[in-house]
Amino acid sequence: MRAVSNVPDLKTPPRWLAFSLLALGLAVLPFLVDAGMGRSWVRLLDLALLYVILALGLNIVVGYAGLLDLGYVAFYALGAYVYAWLASPQFGLHLPFWAVLPLGAALAALFGVLLGAPTLRLRGDYLAIVTLGFGEIIRIFMNNLNAPVNITNGPQGINLIDPVRLGSFDLSQSHQLFGYTFTGIHLTYYLFLLFTLMVIFISMRLEDSRIGRAWVAIREDEIAAAATGINTRNLKLLAFAMGATFGGLAGGLFASFQGFISPESFNLMESIMILCMIVLGGMGHIPGVIFGAVVLTLLPEALRYTGDWQRELFGRIYVDPADLRMLLFGVALVAVMLYRPAGLLPSTRRRREFADAKG
Amino acid sequence: MDIFLQQLINGLVLGSVYALVALGYTMVYGILELINFAHGEITMMGAMVALAVIGALALAAPGLPGVLVLGAGLAVAIPVCVALGLVIERVAYRPLRHAPRLAPLITAIGVSIILQNVAMLIWGKQYIPFPAVLPQGRHAIHGATITDVQIAILLLATGIMLMLILVVQKTRLGRAMRATAQSRQVASLMGVDANRVIAATFAIGSALAAVAGVMVSAYYGLAHYYMGFLLGLKAFSAAVLGGIGNLGGAMLGGLLLGLIESFGAGYIGDLTGGFLGSNYQDVFAFFVLIAVLVFRPSGLLGARGVERA
Repeated sequence: MRAVSNVPDLKTPPRWLAFSLLALGLAVLPFLVDAGMGRSWVRLLDLALLYVILALGLNIVVGYAGLLDLGYVAFYALGAYVYAWLASPQFGLHLPFWAVLPLGAALAALFGVLLGAPTLRLRGDYLAIVTLGFGEIIRIFMNNLNAPVNITNGPQGINLIDPVRLGSFDLSQSHQLFGYTFTGIHLTYYLFLLFTLMVIFISMRLEDSRIGRAWVAIREDEIAAAATGINTRNLKLLAFAMGATFGGLAGGLFASFQGFISPESFNLMESIMILCMIVLGGMGHIPGVIFGAVVLTLLPEALRYTGDWQRELFGRIYVDPADLRMLLFGVALVAVMLYRPAGLLPSTRRRREFADAKG
Repeated sequence: MDIFLQQLINGLVLGSVYALVALGYTMVYGILELINFAHGEITMMGAMVALAVIGALALAAPGLPGVLVLGAGLAVAIPVCVALGLVIERVAYRPLRHAPRLAPLITAIGVSIILQNVAMLIWGKQYIPFPAVLPQGRHAIHGATITDVQIAILLLATGIMLMLILVVQKTRLGRAMRATAQSRQVASLMGVDANRVIAATFAIGSALAAVAGVMVSAYYGLAHYYMGFLLGLKAFSAAVLGGIGNLGGAMLGGLLLGLIESFGAGYIGDLTGGFLGSNYQDVFAFFVLIAVLVFRPSGLLGARGVERA
């Protein structure tokens, strides 16, 4: 039933109010978290935003276009290494971040196309395995390209990477603004939030565009999509490139944030983690993906508290909580898939698909 | 020392281990079209359990002959792995048999995380050395050496594979497995209990994985809670190389991958003028995998033109 248009809707608050409340909430969130839970959780908040960017990038490839990519972390690594090469003592280059970030994203996009082109014919599990191999190849090269020419500094990684700097404003230092003290991690939060909002905006606009609908068509039935005049080859390559661009962007941000990168940060587990974020949250559904990314970033940290529970229950710590959390993480993965296979926050379309599959 | 012959021996030994693990992947994929990501971790569990038993026995009864101790290790590891395989299939895969393909893939990943961390909690993070119970004989042939352990691995792997072929080709269970792989529905109509066949497939694959795990740890002289991961990936590559779903293909693919790795690692330094060294050994499996999937997605022995998507 349609509401009569001249009667004001009193139950749901107007959109602008909801948006300004959300904006206010996001703006003060790091301070609330800092006051309530400690500084390490603000850092986690920064990381969570980074993972939201990564998850939304992979969501384009897996969620929209239905191409299962298990090597996504390779693009993340490329973005990070490009940043490290161009803004650290490794080669003595110190380019500003606004020049380096797009370069890293562009190189990642190029590799996305390079990976996509030979794998266009593959689908499903096979694609998953090829992309997985690609991710491992990139990691092994990063690990070994320190001799005879030292490019990546091998397993030691690259250190002393420049933080994000705008003129003389160094984002890793504390600053006094409007009478408040903003530490580096607080400022990073706002920088990451800016990029995250940009990526969310692009994802939302893509979802309802011709391109987004074409991707969904390819995901549902590639042959039918081709028959309706969709250029499946170009669109699949575009999906790889778009996803890789976001991955490269996140990589650059990660390098500037950490100040140190090594191949260890870009192993297969990381790819799997990002995939789990979108599957657990609800594939192809932007709020679900964001939710999944935030939950999975914070969950392993929250599981650290199992040490306190053990002490309360048994009087002593039986198992080191750091060892226990990955185990619980695995259990959570299996349990969610068994009981909520469409994800925790699925899109309406997928919920319907799963309901059909059951009946 | 003759490098060529030495790399040939190393490649064959390593390859036969890959083949054993690859068989587990290929049998499950042939029937369920599911990548059993946890298979590598079952291999690791086999190695860990066997090592624990062998270590305990070697302490308790130092006089026992090595073969007997090793046999005891296998005798415990195989049932443990079979039970693990059955439980995993029942809990993590069977409820999702009609779900979209990503769902069982994610549970498989979850199960392998669980197994890795359970192993880490039980046996710790350090490398566990293989107890010195095995004969340490070395034989020289034409400038290369082959150890007793390598000979044993080759013989055992060949014997197991022959037995597996016999089971699949000659027995009732084997026929049921082949029928289920072709079409689960039609096989069910002919009175095959598909669930039992699938469980049997997991049991056989897990038993092979247990043996392979013991072999790998005997070959390298150590075991580690993370060893199943790379081994599983390589074995899967081998299964794809041979043509997934095809038993002979898994054996061929395993052997080929072992040879490619050992020759690749042995000669890559000369070929690239010293630019790339043997530390790139692990890359070959993935390059082979990508090349096969791009140029011949059905694998060497797989049926052509069948689209599996």
